[in-house]
Amino acid sequence: MTKISIAAAALAATVAGALPAAAAPNVSDFTLANGLEMVVIPDHRAPVVTHMVWYKVGAADETPGKSGLAHFLEHLMFKGTTKNPGSTFSQEVDEIGGQENAFTASDYTGFYQRVPREHLKEMMAFEADRMTGLVLTDDVVRPELNVVLEEQNMRVANNPSARLGIQMDAALYLNHPYGRPVIGWRHEIETLTRDDALAFYRRFYTPNNAIVVIAGDVTADEVRSDAEETYAKVTQRAEIGPRVRPKEPAPEGPRTVTLADPRVEQPNLTRNYLVPSETSAKPGESEVLDVLAHVLGTGADSRLYRTLVVDKGMALNAGAYYSGTALDYAKFGVYGTPKPGVSLQQVETAIDAVLADVASHGVTADELDSAKNRLIADAAYAQDNQAQLARWYGAALACGETVAMVEQWPDHIRAVTVDQVQQAARQWLDIRRSVTGYLVKGLQSEEKRS
Amino acid sequence: MSARVRTATATAAVPVLWRSTLALAAALWALIATCLLPAHATTIERVVSPGGIEAWLVHETAVPLVVVDFAFAGGAVQDPLGKSGTAGLVASLLNDGVGDFDSKTFHERLERKAIELNFNADREAIRGSLRTLAENRDEAFDDLRLALTAPRFDAPDVELNRAQIMSLLRRQSTSPGDIANLRWWETAFAGHPYGRPINGTLDTMSSITIPDLKAYVRRVLARDNLKIAVVGDIDADAVKGMLDKVFGSLPAKSELTPIAAVSPQGIGRRVMVNLDVPQTVIDFGGAGIARKDPDFMTAYLVNTILGGGEFFARLYQEVREKRGLVYSVNDNLVWLDHTALYLGSTATRDDRTGQTLDLIEKEIHRLAEEGPTADELAKAKAYLSSSFALNLDTSNKIASLLVQLQVDDLGIDYVTRRPAMIAGITLADARRVAKRLYDGGILETVVGKPAGVASTNAN
Repeated sequence: MTKISIAAAALAATVAGALPAAAAPNVSDFTLANGLEMVVIPDHRAPVVTHMVWYKVGAADETPGKSGLAHFLEHLMFKGTTKNPGSTFSQEVDEIGGQENAFTASDYTGFYQRVPREHLKEMMAFEADRMTGLVLTDDVVRPELNVVLEEQNMRVANNPSARLGIQMDAALYLNHPYGRPVIGWRHEIETLTRDDALAFYRRFYTPNNAIVVIAGDVTADEVRSDAEETYAKVTQRAEIGPRVRPKEPAPEGPRTVTLADPRVEQPNLTRNYLVPSETSAKPGESEVLDVLAHVLGTGADSRLYRTLVVDKGMALNAGAYYSGTALDYAKFGVYGTPKPGVSLQQVETAIDAVLADVASHGVTADELDSAKNRLIADAAYAQDNQAQLARWYGAALACGETVAMVEQWPDHIRAVTVDQVQQAARQWLDIRRSVTGYLVKGLQSEEKRS
Repeated sequence: MSARVRTATATAAVPVLWRSTLALAAALWALIATCLLPAHATTIERVVSPGGIEAWLVHETAVPLVVVDFAFAGGAVQDPLGKSGTAGLVASLLNDGVGDFDSKTFHERLERKAIELNFNADREAIRGSLRTLAENRDEAFDDLRLALTAPRFDAPDVELNRAQIMSLLRRQSTSPGDIANLRWWETAFAGHPYGRPINGTLDTMSSITIPDLKAYVRRVLARDNLKIAVVGDIDADAVKGMLDKVFGSLPAKSELTPIAAVSPQGIGRRVMVNLDVPQTVIDFGGAGIARKDPDFMTAYLVNTILGGGEFFARLYQEVREKRGLVYSVNDNLVWLDHTALYLGSTATRDDRTGQTLDLIEKEIHRLAEEGPTADELAKAKAYLSSSFALNLDTSNKIASLLVQLQVDDLGIDYVTRRPAMIAGITLADARRVAKRLYDGGILETVVGKPAGVASTNAN
């Protein structure tokens, strides 16, 4: 999970800059008169396009007490408009053999279709229409709330590890809304209404708060001209101010969370440190964290895996991650899964020793080179997946980055030095900035089981 | 068949699979059944090396990478009796120590050149996939050759991989989704290799020895049960050289144990497993239609209408969209060499489990009795005709398809024949096949603590 997020940040950024000019996609970026930003990533290998709309609003923008609202609205966005009532849009995507889906995060909400190229303009028209034209009735809102509650059951309630992750976020963020689960607290989801959803929609769903990313067999000129007849006709309906959320105070002490559940058969330890995101970091700083995470904990060749799993033979798995695509803060994580007979405390001590060693002695030039090569080589692989490219650009831009920042990423990776990596380990992997989560087997609940 | 689980990709992200996670698995199986390659990739070349090894190639130069995918028929059904999980343990060890390189050195070597080499075992095959930048392909091919022909099975690597798999088994032992799936197969195929868990049990995993692993490799990694696909920046001549170099020194013949043809048992039963979880997981399925059966494509179409995961699917509409009972519900056709199934999954609150089960059964029976409507048929045909090209959006997916077309023995021209096969399906065909497919009864496994739901015997 975490590896993916590191890659997402890294690869997005790499594509345009790390490769020979001939191979690099020629990314265009322009803004319509109504404030809608458009990004076009040409990929002419197949007659297919990926069309994504990103709204710069997510769970961290919810009003306290209404957690889960951004995500609930995302579900409701499939319920139709005056012009395209009910499931007209979804049915059309099915009939042309396309795929569609949507997702919500703390900082953004996204919708996408992957369709034959000749249907792009039609998709643009549909998305332009539902940008402001959503119609909701209680008949469709009520069943969908139950769907979302079942989703919460599946992702969280049935899953002790996910429950621990949510508790850890709540403990890591003392003041910032990233401490709330994206899916929402169950008791608050249960109270969400049609009016809540519509109010949130009217406040945040407007062309001047959105980014359209189109990757595939299309040119910027075609997109520009199609946009004139679709997106350009959507009127701005809300002023969007700067995205200012409550800031974190200086962390003063390490926190721990223990989640005990009778169903836990494999204990695990995860520690998250509060660190800068790609958007909030000083220039070059988040790329140092990318490299640090890679050296410490990506793959079987990393420090943590080698030390805990291979050399000491005390763990079944160990690693590190940095998920840097976020507006305000990001998490740098380390984790370890003990072998039977080894305690979480022993694993934690061993992880601490690896981190202390990097802080004291830094990483080797070989480790640095290997990490950089791998991160940059991944760019070529990234070109093979247009949907992923669209997603990476979209996420970065929705979190306040620019196309230029994305394109400079490989240069920043190349510039990382062993000293910077050591310095980052000292500065950011400070236990006071962290929450450590222990997943352990708990006693059987009192309730009699049938 | 494994459900591909999508995971969060950003800080605290909840990627919302508003249709379902299993729809992705459905999409993968759709690749297998339906094929129309994108325009750029319509040329599938059949390449045969001087040594007589065949591969299917899509030569694509736009991206500087090469993917080699392959499958050895065998998989978990070839595990020795009492040693379930052998194939999985072998697969997990093939990219550890090889030839002169111990595990640590080999991982370092792969990582330095960003060479990705992965193996896995499913019920009927050991599958592998190599991805490399084109500039490193010779080294990558060498690494692959060593993995296939000189795996070391060093004791520390074996013990680590064994412990990792056993950790997974312990986690699965309290996971409702895993329990529902394992129990379904165990019930449907009691006494048959299909009924054994692919990853084995804590007991069988403990009993597997290094000689067992080596014996499995000797029996299964051979040339006569091997299918290969290559996609990327490499031409036919270079592929020929690679084939002999990488696969040429494998034994010519495998020694597979014959597997008996079998139909699922326990049809009509509901198997209840008590587990203290807020959401009950349900697997449901029955006998399917063989891949080589002339009705297969019609069955595929009809199943798309029942529960293929698309918006128009009846289960999606009735169970999720109209009533909000579940987040995800769908079913897929499953075809193996010696049996065929339809198999679906869903999950719902404990107090709505009975209602959900009733509704699913009702929809399956209704489709058996009435067949699809003309409108449903038209929608499903349109969807299946055009969705395939869209699914083939990466070299890995194309390579995976080319291997599966060979495994299923569908012919290199299948992709061009397929549109007409779909177009030719009539409403009468669809009604007849819906009856054939869904009239045979359902085996359900239910894991949770649902109110008012109990195990039943065959009815």
